[in-house]
Amino acid sequence: MADATATILASGEAIAARRRFRVLRKLLNHRSFMVGFIIVLVMVIAAMSAPLNGVDPNRMAIRFRFRPPQEANWFGTDQFGRDLFTRTLYGAQLSLWIGLSVAVLSGVFGAAIGVLSAQFRRLDSLLMRVMDALMAAPAILLAIGLGAALGPQTHSVIIALAVAYIPRTARIVRASALVTRELEFIEAARVSGASPMRIMFKHLLPNAAGPLLVQSTFVFAYAILAEAALSFLGIGPPPPAPSWGNIIAEGRQFAMQAWWIMLFPGFAISLAALGMNLLGDGLRDVLDPRLKVES
Amino acid sequence: MASPELKAPMLEVDDLTVRFRTDDGWMTAVDRVSLSVGDGEALGIVGESGSGKSVTALSILRLHAAPTTRMPTGRILYGGRDLLTLPTRQMRAIRGGEIAMIFQDPMSSLNPVLTIADQIGESLRLHQGVNQATARKRAIELLELVRIPDAARRVDEYPHRLSGGMRQRVMIAIAIACRPKLLIADEPTTALDVTIQAQILDLLRDLQTELGMSVILITHDMGVIAEFARRVMVMYAGRVVETSPVGELFRRPVHPYTEGLLEAIPKLDVDVRRLPAIPGSIPDPTAVIPGCRYSPRCPQVQDTCRREAPPLLPAGPEREARCPPRVAAMMAAAEGVS
Repeated sequence: MADATATILASGEAIAARRRFRVLRKLLNHRSFMVGFIIVLVMVIAAMSAPLNGVDPNRMAIRFRFRPPQEANWFGTDQFGRDLFTRTLYGAQLSLWIGLSVAVLSGVFGAAIGVLSAQFRRLDSLLMRVMDALMAAPAILLAIGLGAALGPQTHSVIIALAVAYIPRTARIVRASALVTRELEFIEAARVSGASPMRIMFKHLLPNAAGPLLVQSTFVFAYAILAEAALSFLGIGPPPPAPSWGNIIAEGRQFAMQAWWIMLFPGFAISLAALGMNLLGDGLRDVLDPRLKVES
Repeated sequence: MASPELKAPMLEVDDLTVRFRTDDGWMTAVDRVSLSVGDGEALGIVGESGSGKSVTALSILRLHAAPTTRMPTGRILYGGRDLLTLPTRQMRAIRGGEIAMIFQDPMSSLNPVLTIADQIGESLRLHQGVNQATARKRAIELLELVRIPDAARRVDEYPHRLSGGMRQRVMIAIAIACRPKLLIADEPTTALDVTIQAQILDLLRDLQTELGMSVILITHDMGVIAEFARRVMVMYAGRVVETSPVGELFRRPVHPYTEGLLEAIPKLDVDVRRLPAIPGSIPDPTAVIPGCRYSPRCPQVQDTCRREAPPLLPAGPEREARCPPRVAAMMAAAEGVS
């Protein structure tokens, strides 16, 4: 008896493991996912390995200011003679952290608000009017306002951007859940005695997972760009903290003499956004069983 | 064989009225319908689209949206309890646990992002609290019970890889997972090919005897009724117009509407250019029709039919019909014979 149960348990686990393995294999075979994954992976490793360089990103060396890219300073130096390669690596830590936090925060809250308003029609008008009010102001303006109110700190940038991107995510999840809730399998779930909570999280949310995931990767990319914009406007992480936006903002006035100051962090931002978008597309293709992607 | 009349019915719907709010005010979809289902009995409900048959079925499980629905009269007695006044939590335990339902469209009745095992297991986990591994094992057994070949492999697949007939089998497997006492099948074969229809009906009938379930089969297909049901209820414009054992209904329909439905079935032994059809269509549910609701379409309409709403009259053993002239004629004929 105990043996039989153990065997069944083991076979159940084996099946679940095999299913996970199948998803993994599909991901490994998905070209754009792998390209995006490698880009993001390289950036994460680069960001983590920043301290190994042994150079202080804020160490000034006035004698070496405005050095163009060369062997000692791969990305050149800025107006204070700080090594831009080191600063860009440390900037990756900050920018990726902000991007990730904003994507996760706005994803979690947006998804919760979205399914709640799709499931409980009475909450819907209230929640959606609040979202409309937030959406009425352009995201970047809202973030500037919130950022100014919370003070120039990393966590206030994260909160400001998350709040700014929640309405869009909530709208997307709500739209998807509204379509799903009219399908017969939701009625079938109610017929088998499922509670509203169970329908929300077991049926509505997984069916919205594709759009939600893609939206989150976009938010990740937007957040990195928006952080750059906020830093550029002076509401981001306060200088001398090296974020990509900060570096670009500081290099702006010397753009004509020292093009390299803005070029490398700008390129890093584009690359991060590209990598995240490719990753998101690939995840959606593989996780949605209806889209049969084989290559 | 025990006579079904002696047992208390397992489900008794008494005087049920369902009204929906529309832009033009309240519309009556089901008008004082009463029905009963005995243990292990197969009841068929027939009617055109819009006759209120599906609404009646959904009301039994209380699945209408509360803000736009009124049930001003009626009781639905099941196991000594009135389902219309039961607390939500207890109602949830009944749904899927004791009364299960399958729907018309197997294509949209399964969640596309969950595997078959997950969806069969959901009901088991909800009502019997079994763990995932046990649920998966039970799911395989259930797939075998509904005769899906290669069940152990199919159980881990997603719905899009199954055909329509297979999906309907999966729906049936989900419905019977917790051994319900009553299965409501709302047009279970309408969306399927004719050969698959026959297989699904066979399967339902076998499961009914094996598991001892009662079944309410809702359809607009007289052929399906003839094959499956023991007793038939004919609905028209939200009302019951005739109730009868299935054989009697086909031999001697009482209500002119039933007669019209039966005449519209193509027959193998009679050559006709054009099938007889009932003229007109089912009335707008918001329209007020004085007297008998079928009178505008009835070929045998009399003056009284247009003035007075006819009651449901007894018309023989286990038979009732809502057509006083025909019931009177039938009774007179029966007396003439005896």
